[in-house]
Amino acid sequence: MLTLAEVEHIANLARLELTPEEKERYRQQLSAILEYAARLQALDTGGIPPTSSVLPARSVLRPDEPAPGLDRPDLLRNAPQVEAEQFRVPPVLDQSP
Amino acid sequence: MSALTDLSVHASLDLLRAGQVTSRELTQAALERISALEPRLHAFLTLTPELALRQADAADLRWRAWQHDPAGDPPPLLGVPIAVKDVLALKDVRCTCGSKILDNFVPPYTATAVERLLAAGAVIVGKTNCDEYAMGSSTENSAYGPTFNPWDTNRVPGGSSGGSAAAVAGRYVPAALGTDTGGSVRQPASFCGVTGLKPTYGRVSRYGLVAYGSSLDSVGAFARSAADLAPFFTIMAGYDTRDATSMNLPVPKIDLDGAPDLDGMRIGVPQEYFIKGIQPEVEAAVRQAIVTLQSLGAQVRPVSLPHTEYALPVYYLLAPAEASANLARYDGVRFGLRQPAENMIGMFKASRGAGFGPEVKRRIMLGTYALSAGYYDAYYGQAQKVRTLIKRDFEQAFEIVDAIAAPVAPTTAFRIGEHTDDPLAMYLEDVFTLPANLAGVPGLAFPVGFDRRSLPIGMQLMGPHFREEILFRLAHAYQQATGWHLRQPDLSI
Repeated sequence: MLTLAEVEHIANLARLELTPEEKERYRQQLSAILEYAARLQALDTGGIPPTSSVLPARSVLRPDEPAPGLDRPDLLRNAPQVEAEQFRVPPVLDQSP
Repeated sequence: MSALTDLSVHASLDLLRAGQVTSRELTQAALERISALEPRLHAFLTLTPELALRQADAADLRWRAWQHDPAGDPPPLLGVPIAVKDVLALKDVRCTCGSKILDNFVPPYTATAVERLLAAGAVIVGKTNCDEYAMGSSTENSAYGPTFNPWDTNRVPGGSSGGSAAAVAGRYVPAALGTDTGGSVRQPASFCGVTGLKPTYGRVSRYGLVAYGSSLDSVGAFARSAADLAPFFTIMAGYDTRDATSMNLPVPKIDLDGAPDLDGMRIGVPQEYFIKGIQPEVEAAVRQAIVTLQSLGAQVRPVSLPHTEYALPVYYLLAPAEASANLARYDGVRFGLRQPAENMIGMFKASRGAGFGPEVKRRIMLGTYALSAGYYDAYYGQAQKVRTLIKRDFEQAFEIVDAIAAPVAPTTAFRIGEHTDDPLAMYLEDVFTLPANLAGVPGLAFPVGFDRRSLPIGMQLMGPHFREEILFRLAHAYQQATGWHLRQPDLSI
């Protein structure tokens, strides 16, 4: 069973703000799902390579040719806040003295 | 003549070619039926009537020019109305992914699959409802409310592409696009009694598909028969430099003309898909359909996919892990919902906490856990290794058979709200669809009967990588010999 502290740690890693009710609900639900997933531990996978893609491993290269990107106004029109044709965000660093 | 909205893709094209109907008439009929039935089905999140009528008029101009001077072939879907799942980008049309966090997002470009259908002349009437970010098996996880099953509006249409399946079953449009990461085309096709294809991974470009589980996502489609579905597959498929996982392979011609003849085709029946807990009517209908394929000349033999039972835990570790990375981009900086906060990290957390729904948060949490320090090897790493075993099961089976026949889901459509309090019970609905995504193989689902409540039962055929034409040939032969796919829900207006 996950602890509340573990749930809060995961939520912080995932940058998710959760209400106390959500934390408790996910603590129970994630515990049940992880308990179900624990059956994978019983399988012997010694010598079995992991599959990250079902396609044959290959390098994909294309000619490095300059081409127009997407238009700046098109990209900025979904932005919550724009200033001087750039995305504006709240302070990144703590501003308290 | 039957209603214009009853016409198949092929019948619509025949009438357009003969000048007996216009694309504007087909499109108007679709829009009228949508406005009459949407209060009951809620298949759409955004309708695009002006765009659709503009495209229809352009198609009609091209048809008239062709009729005056029939040089060359007109585009293969010229003037046919379709719908697109709201996880595929269409430039300048809102794309929500069923999420509040993208409520006002307008994509600056069009997905390759959609672009190819537009180039083929298809007319887009709107964007369909789906589980938020395609995470779900019932469309109940849409932030905009569920879609209702046209066969019984107290029941779910399946998911996550439930809006597209309902739009085709409800005869809004003859075909619609969906996406399948863990069964999200095949399961709603089964629940709604339509034909749905999940192509091989890498067959259709994912460019412009909002990413969920990038190693599993595939773009597919729904129609009312395999014959109607085939052109959508061949048009969307093929190499695209904008998706590094799209394979540079020739797209097969799908020739369904001629008498159905399955001589020499070998169909495998996996015992692991006929387990305790499956609705008896589903098993009976699927077994009967296999007998029908046999009577058409196919050889049937048992096969074993021994790691099938592990597909569910593997999927529900890998897909959330990939999702937790893919959905990191929704942080309130460049697009989507932003909640005010004192600093940037606070803004990330508040925006994501307010914008994502319960299932998306659950999967982000689950995936973050599976990838976190101390748990990575036990969960994510082990799941990737078991994925290899599941993939090998299919490779071994396809050494002795051309296709595998199995139920799509253990039950027919369940009631709205039946599983919403128990995520694990909802995940168990996906037990038969997940393996194909983990192995990357194609799957084609189509109706093979009805249960005592008159709900459709679906069968899926799975084939080797990049051999979709086998699935089409088998399903088309079956549909030539039977009439389940012709049944329609009673939606009298």
